[in-house]
Amino acid sequence: MTYSYFPGCTLKTKGADLDIYGRRAAQALGFPLEELSDWQCCGGVYPLAKDEIATRLSSVRALAASRETGSKLVTLCSACYHVLKRVNGDMRNDDGIRQKVNNYLGLSMPYFGETEVLHYLEVLRDAVGWDELRRKVVMPLTGKKIGAYYGCLLLRPSRELGFDDPENPTIMEDFIRAVGAEPVIYAMRNECCGGYATIENQKYAVAQAQKVIDNARSSGAELLITACPLCMYNLSRNTDGSVPVQYFTELLAEALGLKEENNG
Amino acid sequence: MADSILLETIASISGVNPRKCMKCGKCSGACPAYDEMEYHPHQFVSMVESGRIEELMASKGIYTCLSCFACVERCPRSVEPARLIEAVRLAVIRQQGQNHLTPQQIPELLDEDMPQQAITSAFRKYRR
Repeated sequence: MTYSYFPGCTLKTKGADLDIYGRRAAQALGFPLEELSDWQCCGGVYPLAKDEIATRLSSVRALAASRETGSKLVTLCSACYHVLKRVNGDMRNDDGIRQKVNNYLGLSMPYFGETEVLHYLEVLRDAVGWDELRRKVVMPLTGKKIGAYYGCLLLRPSRELGFDDPENPTIMEDFIRAVGAEPVIYAMRNECCGGYATIENQKYAVAQAQKVIDNARSSGAELLITACPLCMYNLSRNTDGSVPVQYFTELLAEALGLKEENNG
Repeated sequence: MADSILLETIASISGVNPRKCMKCGKCSGACPAYDEMEYHPHQFVSMVESGRIEELMASKGIYTCLSCFACVERCPRSVEPARLIEAVRLAVIRQQGQNHLTPQQIPELLDEDMPQQAITSAFRKYRR
């Protein structure tokens, strides 16, 4: 099955590894990602204010464009997933927001939240399946102790995102097992990395990110994986670097024997 | 602005009813920015309830909430403290000349690895 794909602003540049390895692995696993022809940045953060319309428009444009293709919409970036899925929920459930957004956009057909938003990991779990992924692995990461770093944006609020159990998630650990490695459970895997505090309060961002790394290391993790470019930045730049961090797609490409191809 | 109008503004931006709060303190227990805030999340909710909006608008803590949604997830009464903090911050930055971050400040805050996502997020949170 082909999916519509929303890369988001960061995956074209600073987070290119998340994108390149993700697309390559998707192709090999039989679910090619068709990038939406005309997308705009999701805004990075979900507009919590009930009275804001403008900050929801770019997401709705992407969601409506995906409806035209008839495909489900996949993202790799945790933040894009969070924003698109919650705005989609607003378009389904909030009459006021839906009406104002549709009035403004004037689409040929009003948008009612018809598109299904998925994170890449959900496609792996629900469409490919862990057993099938395990069968496709040619270079299993046997013996490697890997901690999943979920952060915030994939999990919370669970009543809107429905991604996994917010306090005891398993999807990334299942992924780690499927590529042949050993998942390490540690307490701070679903705590905040410091987010955009790094912009104006770096001291706080450093303290927060280092707590995550210290907890992961003392629990035995040799490597952390993430799906978020900002988590990647905080956990690698705002820490002592004692536990390396990779995008989960890089690990996936490595296990599938696709890491060394010289193309995007 | 009169307190009653401010309270109405916060209610309409946030859609939150602070009276649902049963003061269990779970939001503050879950908050990673607890130490950075002069008014912790449970106090924030209580102060909104009693109309002390101007004090909250003047507090630096409104810029330290990172919208990690730990408080929202763990609140047994679905009060959503993060929405209240966002609403108070917006009540400030929607005023003329009250942006918390300007484009001129950005270049010196950057380093070569900083993802666009960080800048975009901060811009959305700190200015209108």
